[in-house]
Amino acid sequence: MSASTHQTKYSTPLQTDPLVTSYYVRNLEFWYGDFNALTNISLDVMPSAITAFIGPSGCGKSTFLRCMNRMNDLIPDTKVGGDMLLKGADIYSSGVDPVDLRRRVGMIFQQPNPFPQSIYDNVAYGPRLQGVKKKSDLDDIVEDSLKRANLWKEVSGILDKNGLAISGGQQQCLCIARVLAVQPEVLLMDEPCSAIDPTSVQKIEDLMAEIKDEVTIIIVTHNMQQAARVSDYTSFFLQEVAGEPAVLVESGKTSDIFTAPIDKRTEDYITGRFG
Amino acid sequence: MSTNMNKNKNTRSTNATGAGQRKTGMQVMKELKEQHRESGSGLGRAHLNNRIALGVLWGATIITIGLLAVILIYVAYHGLGVVLQDFPRFIFTWPEGVNAEGGIWPTIVATLYSTGLAMAISTPIAVLAAVYLAEYAKQGRIVKTIRFAADSLASVPSIVMGLFGLAFFVETLNIPLSMLAASLGLSLLMLPITMRATEEAIRAVPRYIRWGSYGMGATKWQTVSRVVLPTATPRIITGLILSLARAIGETAVVFLTMGIAINLPIIPTDSGRSMSVHLYLMAVEGINLPSAYGTAFLLLLIILVLNLSARYISKRYSRIDNA
Repeated sequence: MSASTHQTKYSTPLQTDPLVTSYYVRNLEFWYGDFNALTNISLDVMPSAITAFIGPSGCGKSTFLRCMNRMNDLIPDTKVGGDMLLKGADIYSSGVDPVDLRRRVGMIFQQPNPFPQSIYDNVAYGPRLQGVKKKSDLDDIVEDSLKRANLWKEVSGILDKNGLAISGGQQQCLCIARVLAVQPEVLLMDEPCSAIDPTSVQKIEDLMAEIKDEVTIIIVTHNMQQAARVSDYTSFFLQEVAGEPAVLVESGKTSDIFTAPIDKRTEDYITGRFG
Repeated sequence: MSTNMNKNKNTRSTNATGAGQRKTGMQVMKELKEQHRESGSGLGRAHLNNRIALGVLWGATIITIGLLAVILIYVAYHGLGVVLQDFPRFIFTWPEGVNAEGGIWPTIVATLYSTGLAMAISTPIAVLAAVYLAEYAKQGRIVKTIRFAADSLASVPSIVMGLFGLAFFVETLNIPLSMLAASLGLSLLMLPITMRATEEAIRAVPRYIRWGSYGMGATKWQTVSRVVLPTATPRIITGLILSLARAIGETAVVFLTMGIAINLPIIPTDSGRSMSVHLYLMAVEGINLPSAYGTAFLLLLIILVLNLSARYISKRYSRIDNA
């Protein structure tokens, strides 16, 4: 399917005012070297809500997520086209420092990645980077963040312990606490629950619901039940032919996507016919 | 198994070219299986080959371990008695008289002095170079060339390195034969080893740990200094210890740059005689073989302790890694 014939279907029309959105994406293109990985992606991400990106493996949803905090800048020989606005400001304009952007847009990865340092130092990492030095301030931030990440009760007595010494699910909560400590406006989660146990998954979904009023959350997930459970909006990505760019098939309210999908391919995917 | 596969291939190619009519692979396989069932040979040979391979591998392993054991036992047999006689007289007293009777204390001090100083000189340079190569330099031909140069530097014969040390540090820079000259020479030896070990240690830090830092809005230097280097530190220390062990036993470089006078070094420009040089002189002149064996035993002991601590540190590290 070429870019010219492709048309994304929206159950809710796209906004005209970028300022009511969190992310306002229009005609985004992405290349790894010569390979056009994403084409013609237009999408609104609404603030104080949870948006889920779904689609089969390799459909570009993680690539798109990494465009949103410019993590793709770390990969050599990549290129972005089109517009990606955060709160109305183009994050790819020349004046934007990706380091500064990533302080506003936190990211959680599939593999829990605490630093091999104490639990305390993990959470204090971001505040220290930004110059918080006073012990009492750091203590407060560490406690608050761990509480918001539903981890305080379990680790309050072992803050000196290595962050890698706790369970995988706890490690993921620790990573969330680490990100929350710098008070991001947006939290990007790249399959945060695929490598951890079911009890922890429940905890993470609960905390997502608790913090979404303050932090806009975007989650990439392979798990459609999870998307249906936690998200307010859903976008379905698909790469139909290997070697061709992936496209955004359909985007809208989660309730619409899961009960009345407009596109046949969306329906096939959510009913489990492929992927 | 592998014998069967080879037979299968051979049969197939002769059939295809010789008879003109092409059998399918499955047909060939079926015939072979029948042949084997009649003669019972195929499987028997495979088992025999398996046993032979196991025997050869086992023999090679025994030779390796056996050699090490023989050397250790031989040195300990001749040296242990010397060291234990009036213990710790051999370690803490000076050699006396024309036959260097007595202990080897000044040579132990000179050895630790020069290698310690060499480590202090080479480590910062090696680590910084490794950080640059692993994290900052654009990976390509230049980096590959630097890496190749480091590997080549590591394999330069130490006598050549000693000659260079003598010509450059002593003759050209006018540094006397001393701890300083020897440690400069030794750092040439340690530099590539430490650098490559550090580079490997930095590369072994998982990508997703770096992403965690970048994702928090850390700059490259913040990520390197606060996350990557602390994470790599146990492995870097392991590399340091191994290069230290290499330097402690080094003879040619120190022979040419430190001198041979028995002297207790105080300041870096003091000369002295290292344990390895003492061992060499005692053995080559046949002056005092027991002293040579005692020195050899102590050298092996120091290196063994260094290697064991390197193992301990890397083991402890991997425990944290898997937790």
